[in-house]
Amino acid sequence: MRKLDLELTVGLFVLIGILCLAYLSMKIAKEEIVGGDGYEVYAVFSNIGGLKVGSSASIAGVDVGQVTAITMEDYEAKVVLRLPSDVQIQEDAIAAIKTKGIIGEKYVMITPGGAEEMIPPGGRIRDTLPALDVEELISNFVFGKV
Amino acid sequence: MDMIRRLGGSVILIVSRIGLMGLFLIKTVFYIFIPPLKFYRLLKQIRFIGAQSSFVIILTGLFTGMVLGLQGFRILEYFGSDALLGPTVALPLIKEMGPVLAALMVTARAGSALTAEIGIMRISEQIDALELMGLSPYRYLFVPNLLAAIISLPLLTAFFDVIGIYGGYLVGVKLLGLGGGVYFGEMATSVDMKDITEGIFKSLSFGVIIAWVSCFKGFYVQLAGQGAEGVSKATTQSVVLSAVLILVWDYVMTSIFF
Repeated sequence: MRKLDLELTVGLFVLIGILCLAYLSMKIAKEEIVGGDGYEVYAVFSNIGGLKVGSSASIAGVDVGQVTAITMEDYEAKVVLRLPSDVQIQEDAIAAIKTKGIIGEKYVMITPGGAEEMIPPGGRIRDTLPALDVEELISNFVFGKV
Repeated sequence: MDMIRRLGGSVILIVSRIGLMGLFLIKTVFYIFIPPLKFYRLLKQIRFIGAQSSFVIILTGLFTGMVLGLQGFRILEYFGSDALLGPTVALPLIKEMGPVLAALMVTARAGSALTAEIGIMRISEQIDALELMGLSPYRYLFVPNLLAAIISLPLLTAFFDVIGIYGGYLVGVKLLGLGGGVYFGEMATSVDMKDITEGIFKSLSFGVIIAWVSCFKGFYVQLAGQGAEGVSKATTQSVVLSAVLILVWDYVMTSIFF
């Protein structure tokens, strides 16, 4: 009986510990253990500012997907977005890099278009707006270009 | 001349102690890979180092999270960005305070007891008796302790993190009136898997430090002094050395991951 108690305590301890780890990684860090369903599209930006892998992609302010890869192609940034399969976006949708608040993090905002055709998995969002460069904006203002 | 000789003597002593500690760790790690593993001893040590430390970990974790929530809220309120309370509590907890404080609590609770136990086994010649019977003290005593610490520390750290985050939730949301969704939502956007693995790697290495130092100090109890006084000195040294090594090594690990 004593030996059984020992095994029970250790088993319970390890089980609760693993549950805590799972909670941390799945709820807090949002790690997808099972490769979630969905599809990927990409967009090419001239400047992504501080966008990072894991930044969110949103439509109408609702987080729908996230950035899965950022690479450079022809001196421009190619950003791969993963979207759930029930979110379809049109051929003429616009992807823009925006900032949450004034000093918040960068995210990709997708503005839906009006076209009939949808972007297929692996397709490209053609219309993009680069990240707003606040310093450039201020310098334009200071030197009277605006 | 005499002073220089004494200086040289103490340097040689320190270097040889460090060498002895290193050899002790290498020998213990070497014995992990030599079967048979004393599985029942391992379970007992997991119960002692891990399961029985849970309560103190839960208590310290809760209050650490609560105080982080309180202090963080006051500073963030200054900038009107109290919505960021979630990450302010979760990031330091997961990356630094969870692993370090859990390791310090385990050092104080289990490390000291291990040193005293092994030290008394040493001075009452029980370790000599083990060796006489052909049982290796490394296999019988140190390997189970090392493995148990390596298994227990990450789990205790996970307890600490989860309870601490809940403590921050209690203060921030229930006491100070922040929105519960804001607290967890902002946390989820700023905590990465990378931060959690960093905390886990840290706690694994702290497990090695705790088991290593406390077993070493117990096994070489004669280096600290004779008899009961030696055991008491060795226990003190083991706790102090473990705590210092944990904090120093934490800085080294952070700079590696930075």
